[in-house]
Amino acid sequence: MSLEKTHPKEVKQILSKYPPEGKRSAVMPLLFLAQREQGYVTKAAMQDIAQLVGITETEVASIVGFYTLYHDEKGGRYRMQVCTDLPCALRGADEFLEKLCDHLGIKVNETTSDGVLTLETVTCLAACDRAPMFQTQGPDGIKYHENMTIDRTRDVIAGLKYAREVK
Amino acid sequence: MAYVVLRHRDIPDLNKFDTYKNNGGLDAFKKAVTEMKPADVTDVVKNSGLRGRGGAGFPTGMKWSFIDNKNWPHYVVANADESEPGTFKDREIMESNPFQFLEGLMLASYAVGANVAYVYLRGEFWEIGAALDEKIAQLEEAGYLGDKLFGTDYSLRIHTHLGAGAYICGEETALLESLEGKRGQPRVRPPFPPSFGLYGKPTIINNVETFTNVPMILANGADWYKTMGTADSAGVKIFSLSGRVRRPGNYELPFGTTFRELIYGEKNGAGVQDSRQVKAIMPAGASSSLIVVNGDEKILDTPMDYATVRTLGADLGSASIIVLDDTVSMDWLVNKTVHFFKHESCGKCTPCREGTFWMKNITERIHDGAGTQGDVDLLLNVAKQMQGKCLCALGEFATMAVTTGIERFPQDFKKAVKA
Repeated sequence: MSLEKTHPKEVKQILSKYPPEGKRSAVMPLLFLAQREQGYVTKAAMQDIAQLVGITETEVASIVGFYTLYHDEKGGRYRMQVCTDLPCALRGADEFLEKLCDHLGIKVNETTSDGVLTLETVTCLAACDRAPMFQTQGPDGIKYHENMTIDRTRDVIAGLKYAREVK
Repeated sequence: MAYVVLRHRDIPDLNKFDTYKNNGGLDAFKKAVTEMKPADVTDVVKNSGLRGRGGAGFPTGMKWSFIDNKNWPHYVVANADESEPGTFKDREIMESNPFQFLEGLMLASYAVGANVAYVYLRGEFWEIGAALDEKIAQLEEAGYLGDKLFGTDYSLRIHTHLGAGAYICGEETALLESLEGKRGQPRVRPPFPPSFGLYGKPTIINNVETFTNVPMILANGADWYKTMGTADSAGVKIFSLSGRVRRPGNYELPFGTTFRELIYGEKNGAGVQDSRQVKAIMPAGASSSLIVVNGDEKILDTPMDYATVRTLGADLGSASIIVLDDTVSMDWLVNKTVHFFKHESCGKCTPCREGTFWMKNITERIHDGAGTQGDVDLLLNVAKQMQGKCLCALGEFATMAVTTGIERFPQDFKKAVKA
């Protein structure tokens, strides 16, 4: 079903931010809205958004492919995204990631057997002074978790609000 | 000295509307709109010597004066896409001193006659974006944003817009493409945004930190601002300090402060972890050339301003100071930075797309212990061939650590490859 039917208020609010000649600007916020439901953007959602902003489905797909926060494949309910860039690595991010893999029993780009977590690595998240760190991307948005240890990660996982509602 | 940009460290709860207002906040904007001509606002900023804080250091007032007044409407865009490895200052500003940032954006909008402004935040700043939306709503409610402000003919609205994970969108024309709902790939310049920007209209783009300086400059005057910093680089800068220091974090200091004071000052970095020696400094994040220190006291006593840092063979850029101690090997470091740029290359121009791809193949080979001196020479060769040939600065940035790493720390690479 179209976002216009399922989220009429949000769609209207998003479109109101841009001038008529800039309607296409709504494509990125609409993709975030569409992704909220299932954690990835379905083909049907891309078709719907293409129609809403007046561009082709291929153009929408190219945007999904270009930006790392959009996903076109189903992952875990939450994506746990660890920064391993230079400043974080200087403060133990690589060693932390190794321990995290052991703790979760999965490798990078794999999903836990309960379907709750997909482990990924990402580039700099502007939290270099509080490494090791990761962000969680899920139905309730994106959250930063900084100065991380495995113990503290355990608490983060226990606190994931929608972890139980695995789709 | 009182804080200029990180004022929330002096004033608790500055991110609340009433606190900001009670501390003189928004007076500068009201005064500008009701008592000053737009060009006068630009002149004050011009006279203050304020230079863009996003990395390029371009004079801010001069940029504003480039706006094309024959083509309307005008837009102002805040670049809040902070993504340079080692940079984390805009995040603190927007979290803790958001109204001062927004007021700066409002003053810029008035100065160039824009009635709509956008804040382009990296998508990961999702929570900050939501908080800014609330602050913007409060400003509307209190009559600081909206139609016919303070009974004048001037109207202004601000909207936030989230990116979705792409370093390249920090490049201003890629940012505009992204804001227009396209892949974030840089445009061929000229034309520059002040004549051809958002939706093809004249647009001023500045970094969050740049805007956040503006209300204080308007409130206290250009001369006051110039009492801080150096003749070349006026005012204060937020130095994001990371790497092997005891106290990483953001430090607001006048331009001209020495590396030593930042790294070793008790209130600042408090020294190197495990009391080791500084081997090298990257003053502009992962995009930076490597400054050789190797314990050289004279290098540490260099004042940090745009002109002086250049004499060390590096740019100050966004002042994201990454400290490397003598445990860090440059072949490891270069592998890290090349991975980053390979991931973030937008793919539009061939030298950057192919160059970062091949550099990554080679640095991985060296990192895996399978490299030879021939690989190191080839890596340097590829990097040199990219230089000066890419569409935007990203390709250039990708080569900085590579070339300076190999040329200034050859022994690290010798050790890393097979004899």
